[in-house]
Amino acid sequence: MDICSMTALELGEKIRHRELSAAEAVRAYLARTEAAEPEINSFVTVDAEGALRRAQEVQKGIDEGIFSGPLAGVPVAVKDNLCTRGLLTTCSSKILSDFKPTFSAQAVRNLEKEGAIVIGKTNMDEFAMGSTTETSYYGVTRNPWNTSHVPGGSSGGSCAAVAAEECPFALGSDTGGSIRQPSSFCGVVGIKPTYGTVSRYGLIAYGSSLDQVGPIARSVSDCAAVLEVIASHDKKDSTSIRREDYDFTRALTGDVKGMRIGIPKDYFGEGLDSEVKEHILHAVKKLKEEGAVVEEFDLSLVQYAIPAYYVIASAEASSNLARFDGVKYGYRAGNCDGLHQMYKKTRSEGFGAEVKRRIMLGSFVLSAGYYDACYLKALRTKALIKQAFDSAFERYDIIVAPSAPTTAPKIGKSLSDPLKMYLGDIYTVSVNLAGLPGITVPVGQDKKGLPIGMQLIGNCFEEKKIIRAAYAVEQMCEYKAPKLCGELKNSAGGKSTCREGGRQVWRDSMRQ
Amino acid sequence: MARQYETVIGLEVHVELATETKIFCGCSTRFGGAPNTHTCPVCTGMPGALPVLNKQVVEYAVAIGLAANCEITRMCKFDRKNYFYPDNPQNYQISQLYLPIARDGYVEIECGDTKKKIRIHEMHMEEDAGKLVHDEWDDTSIVDFNRSGVPLVEIVSEPDMRSADEVLAYLEKLRMIIRYLGASDCKLQEGSMRADVNLSVREMGSREVGTRTEMKNLNSFKAISRAIEGERQRQIELIEGGKAVRQETRRWDDNKEYSYAMRSKEDARDYRYFPEPDLVPIVIDDAWIEKIKERQPEFQDAKLIRYRREYGIPEYDAQIITSSRHMAELFEKASDVCKKPKKVSNWLMVETLRLLKEHGMEPEELRFSPENLAKLVELSEAGSINSSVAKEVFEKMFSEDIDPERYVEEHGLKTVNDEGELNEVIKKVIDSNTQAVSDYQGGKEKALGVLVGQTMKAMKGKADPRRVNQRLKELLS
Amino acid sequence: MANKISDETIEYVGILAKLELSGEEKENAKADMERMLDYIDTLNELDTEGTEPMSHVFPVYNVFREDIAENGDGSGDTLANAPLVKEQGFKVPKTIG
Repeated sequence: MDICSMTALELGEKIRHRELSAAEAVRAYLARTEAAEPEINSFVTVDAEGALRRAQEVQKGIDEGIFSGPLAGVPVAVKDNLCTRGLLTTCSSKILSDFKPTFSAQAVRNLEKEGAIVIGKTNMDEFAMGSTTETSYYGVTRNPWNTSHVPGGSSGGSCAAVAAEECPFALGSDTGGSIRQPSSFCGVVGIKPTYGTVSRYGLIAYGSSLDQVGPIARSVSDCAAVLEVIASHDKKDSTSIRREDYDFTRALTGDVKGMRIGIPKDYFGEGLDSEVKEHILHAVKKLKEEGAVVEEFDLSLVQYAIPAYYVIASAEASSNLARFDGVKYGYRAGNCDGLHQMYKKTRSEGFGAEVKRRIMLGSFVLSAGYYDACYLKALRTKALIKQAFDSAFERYDIIVAPSAPTTAPKIGKSLSDPLKMYLGDIYTVSVNLAGLPGITVPVGQDKKGLPIGMQLIGNCFEEKKIIRAAYAVEQMCEYKAPKLCGELKNSAGGKSTCREGGRQVWRDSMRQ
Repeated sequence: MARQYETVIGLEVHVELATETKIFCGCSTRFGGAPNTHTCPVCTGMPGALPVLNKQVVEYAVAIGLAANCEITRMCKFDRKNYFYPDNPQNYQISQLYLPIARDGYVEIECGDTKKKIRIHEMHMEEDAGKLVHDEWDDTSIVDFNRSGVPLVEIVSEPDMRSADEVLAYLEKLRMIIRYLGASDCKLQEGSMRADVNLSVREMGSREVGTRTEMKNLNSFKAISRAIEGERQRQIELIEGGKAVRQETRRWDDNKEYSYAMRSKEDARDYRYFPEPDLVPIVIDDAWIEKIKERQPEFQDAKLIRYRREYGIPEYDAQIITSSRHMAELFEKASDVCKKPKKVSNWLMVETLRLLKEHGMEPEELRFSPENLAKLVELSEAGSINSSVAKEVFEKMFSEDIDPERYVEEHGLKTVNDEGELNEVIKKVIDSNTQAVSDYQGGKEKALGVLVGQTMKAMKGKADPRRVNQRLKELLS
Repeated sequence: MANKISDETIEYVGILAKLELSGEEKENAKADMERMLDYIDTLNELDTEGTEPMSHVFPVYNVFREDIAENGDGSGDTLANAPLVKEQGFKVPKTIG
């Protein structure tokens, strides 16, 4: 029995039926993590001690019938921009290198209430700004399918950890594609829910009006089950929405008969890699064979989504990240002459290049004389993009799109040209601007063996439709694990790894 | 002849609202407390924390807006005002710029004999900042976030005031309205009411508006008066010396009676306002406004008209009594019980004001009940106690809200009306004070006072001194 | 390139954002920002006349909390991550002088 290759639901079931203990599950994943991390670097922090302690408590809860849900005893990895009480939360930034939150994010609490066990915090682009997980202060994360490639980003650590079977599922966040794009690059499933579905309380904000927390796993069923647990109406988040339906797993039928699927022509033209295009259209064809009604249409405004997105996200980020100033928490520069120098040195030394670039851009577009021309113009564009989707969803149940123009690029190829990197978000950002739900589901690999994902976009509050269609796609394209997983399985139980700079620390206590 | 100048003044008044909790979190707003005890992740800008609006803040703001004759904005929003300062934990303040909760109002002030309308440009809700304590010894400051997130309304007037007196009248008026609403205690010293003064000068008769400065750190009415005079002089001297007034923010130092420019190249004053994405808009419909209107108290103007009709007390007394809602309600209830409004008014105007002044208290802090005040009036009017006893009882009531009837009973303070007993005592006093008696009979009027005093002493104060005086005169004539 | 970012602008934005860029970083920032602004300018091709700026995607209004105190002494948690503490407060370089 290979614990690490099970889905979260399979593992949960075994634990519930006492075929496995929570501690056994945790230990197996910690061992796998230990073996994989030197290659992948998915984690900023692995909390072996805490996870094992928690496993004992959860097991007791399971035995006493307190935890009876599908995720009880199941390990989870959490993106490092979600606060975890008492556990280092860095946003992969130097500026939060010693920050231990005093409370946990609501999404994490919802999981813990169901008995899921946090085993660590995953690497990401610094403050979720990036598409490759190369901007982390704690080193790049490598793609488990080919370690010379990036895992995508910004939730690259979460997606790589799931793909490398270092955890059965993970939490990510998605501001402009940060769950859907790395899920595509890592060959896993990831959902960005409708804005307001999962509480943002405890999510360290990047672009508050765009940020959503979502699940990443190796199956659509796992993602639906996790979403069911993390979604809640939270009084602490004013933008949280009280929904009528939280029973997302009921959509796991695969029935697409009569489902109207729109294919935006603008998404399948120039700039899209031909292999990616081919695989997605092949999956669409199969959906059609299952009874879906497929039609091409003009979504329009596609080229305006990225500039609008970068204006809005950078503006909000410039304000959200102002609080990191060396006064209340985090890094503080030494030897400063006066308050303003302390601010400037702390922030200049504490933030990386991409974060500084976006803070500068955001401060600029909000400054006197540019607010109307840049910021308000972007908000108006956002309104038009929302309208375009509204009218599309009058005709279609779901929209099919790529998650990214290509498969995962090589490490070191993206950061030199930021604008080009931003263009890679073309299929994902408008979904955030319009507050819509989107899911990435794997549909195959390119000739190099790198995974290709397909994005399904739903109307607001219609996660069930995209889950239904994604489940159908999953049935047609069986999940494949990267070759690395097989190798790791055989090498598990290797030497203890301790790294100074990279934060990960293992304790001997985990290996029993 | 020297040129004449006119001062043009507009005010930005910050008022801390009297809510139990802060504007965006469940922390207490109580004044004081050890540093950072009234704090949580929200009001200290912890990463991941989010604001949720306190409904009572909106209710108070609408009530103040209505009382100041403003238009209530039916859909208002919060914006972020971005600037770095250590007392501002997020380094942005949640405030309102584009759609403030109320606009276009006015209050009427009386200055000397003239009435004048001061227009209100807008009023908005925002969060207060924390407090900085400066350590002179090691060049550091210490940040305490207890006050961070306490709700404020900022009331921005039009530049309609022309003198310090008008400014003070306007502030007094605002304070009275807000206290009537119970929306704030408006204490300048404690900072629950703060005024920034925007001031410019121009030659008398000119239509043009001069360059204005904004003055901060004004902690009392006196400081405001002095700062206005000081700034007016400073600007006139600049203009007469051929120099330009700079548009800037200045900090008033009331000890030195001078203001200093708060200038720094790090102060860009470009606040990059944008809509607060963490809070949703507030829709205030007719039904809500009506509900708040129904709860509005009767304000001073209406009370004055009614007092003329119902109580017939002097206009001046009515003005003073109705300047505080609490005192006005004391007056009304006590008068309704004892049906002697003039007497009630006298107690308030003389003894009450005297004691308030002596204790440095505000009328809002009066703790005795109207029923007890009415009882005291009745005891005194029925001649059951003499006036000095009445004063003594009142003082006791002022400090401890005792029941005057029971107090008089328990302490045996009732005036003795038994003629026989009084005559006997007076006779004894005459017998044992032969010197005073002969002095009086020898024409020394003052000597009678000694005899009255001795009698009162022997009666333990329970006699009516007028009656004692009269009886002594009869017996010695 | 249509947009030109001057040294003064970069300096000014640095003051607003409290970031101090090295000479090289400044040059990079200028070039980046110019390209981004050119790109943002493409939004001008779009006719947004009569379209209201949309800050919130969903029409959700009036989310309130009741005025009831819920939090006790929070000073321990508040100061838990502070770089420098003095007398139960956050210590910072002197703010007035």
